[in-house]
Amino acid sequence: MAGLEDLYREIILDHYRSPRNRGELDMPPAVRAEGFNPLCGDEIVIYVVVDDGVVRDIKISGQGCSISQSSASMMSAAVKGKSLDEARRLVRAFKAMMSIHEHVLDGDDGAEESEVLADVKLGDLEALRGVVKFPVRIKCATLAWNTLVQGLDEAAAPAGR
Amino acid sequence: MSLDPTRVRKDFPILERELNGRRLVYLDSAASSQKPRAVIDAMTRFIETSYAPTHRSAYTLATEATEAYETARLKVRRFVNAPSETEIVFTKNATESLNLVAYSWGRANLRAGDAVVLTHMEHHANIVPWQMLAAERGIELRWVPLTADGRLELTSLDELLDGAKAFCFTAMSNVLGTINPVRRLADAAHAHGAVAVVDACQYVPHVPTDVQAMGADFLAFSGHKMCGPTGVGVLWGREELLEAMPPFLGGGQMIADVRLDGFTPAPLPAKFEAGTPPIVEVVGLGAAIDYLGELGMADVRAHEQAVTAYALRVLHDRLGDRLTIHGPSSVEDRGGTVSLALEGVHPHDVSQVLDQTNVCVRAGHHCAKPLMRQLGVGATARASFYIYNDESDADALADGLVAATDFFSF
Repeated sequence: MAGLEDLYREIILDHYRSPRNRGELDMPPAVRAEGFNPLCGDEIVIYVVVDDGVVRDIKISGQGCSISQSSASMMSAAVKGKSLDEARRLVRAFKAMMSIHEHVLDGDDGAEESEVLADVKLGDLEALRGVVKFPVRIKCATLAWNTLVQGLDEAAAPAGR
Repeated sequence: MSLDPTRVRKDFPILERELNGRRLVYLDSAASSQKPRAVIDAMTRFIETSYAPTHRSAYTLATEATEAYETARLKVRRFVNAPSETEIVFTKNATESLNLVAYSWGRANLRAGDAVVLTHMEHHANIVPWQMLAAERGIELRWVPLTADGRLELTSLDELLDGAKAFCFTAMSNVLGTINPVRRLADAAHAHGAVAVVDACQYVPHVPTDVQAMGADFLAFSGHKMCGPTGVGVLWGREELLEAMPPFLGGGQMIADVRLDGFTPAPLPAKFEAGTPPIVEVVGLGAAIDYLGELGMADVRAHEQAVTAYALRVLHDRLGDRLTIHGPSSVEDRGGTVSLALEGVHPHDVSQVLDQTNVCVRAGHHCAKPLMRQLGVGATARASFYIYNDESDADALADGLVAATDFFSF
């Protein structure tokens, strides 16, 4: 059985206790995206400023469990200052880490996707890898990331420029 | 004779299961109850010996199956003291029962500008069907608010009911455990010419139920919360109301005649049972009613009150101010469902820590998001006690909550 320490790594608890980039940003220049976990009622609001193809600033508000809050905090630290392309690749790499892939059914190891994303450095985010062993918590970990994608899409849309 | 939870537990095979060398502490019966051997066996035996489509053919198996199905209806009638078995409609679950009322009764009786009164403690199943109808028909929804201790605030009930056509309320909150004064609410509805639609999903499994004494017009509940299987629910409705309603789902079984230019609906209750019903599940529900009947519903209620009183006391003693209970703090007019907030620990994390010792509680909004907003929280952790729970389960819950506060203490 996976123990609590597999899920609640020290760095996760640290981000939960002291969330980074917490707050709101003026709109414009920021765009705002809202995400809900319909199963548990967690809500997240992301403010993101994209300028010249770079994520200049990001703030996060909302409420949720330790996993959703720390994932959001780590995400904000990881994407701030990154290009849109880098940020999107990070999202893909993180979501790949959080997926129970169908290749488990087929017996292959999903190497193809891993190769494409092999150069993406997840850093501290690796601490969230243990969440996969707790399938009902995966949605907690991915909530902020799915919401970020909405925010980046909106920021990159012609009307948002 | 009072209920002995140690003996009751032996009737439930799943409760013999150990995980990591520890017994299960199942405290999620408000979401779905476990199933006793008697129900499992009755369903298996029926499938192995008497299974056939009901109400169709003359062969012996079909007759036996029909008899088993209709006998279950008689058991349901007696269990809730309905005047007639023709008023007992089998559905998929309580959600479908409430949708049936909103769709069929609602469409036949509500016009633009009419009002329907709901309460802030309703489950989504008794909100969304009315919102769907409101959006389609332009009806007005009004809401009965709550008091600070999680009961209905009834001081302006008469104003809210003024001109209303329906008053839809839960008999017992699935979050707060509050048991509402159904008779008083139904009388108030009737005084204003409104029908009383009662969501009794959390009530029928736990409290002796008498639809006539309650004064209700419609009453909905599910089989799976009362030791029966999933896939079967019940709608009880007063005969003259059901008679005057158009059918809900169309198809086989619900018709008396079908011509190219139209159809004639079947008499009650077939009118509302389109298609092949959940035959095996209905038989299982009948067995669940037999099982609860043998325990005695008055004893079930007394046991749950006692174990809930113990739980409330021990939780307060062990956790003090770090723990908030959403809902009534005394067991008067309160069921065995206890929603918790632990200071500094999110409900998801609470349930994750409790899982370490196999304490099963629900964490989330419990399909009652409007109520969560009233409480000012996104979620709660909910422990719910039933016939197989005892004081040791309340102790295990308290131990787990203490462990959660320790783990997350910063």
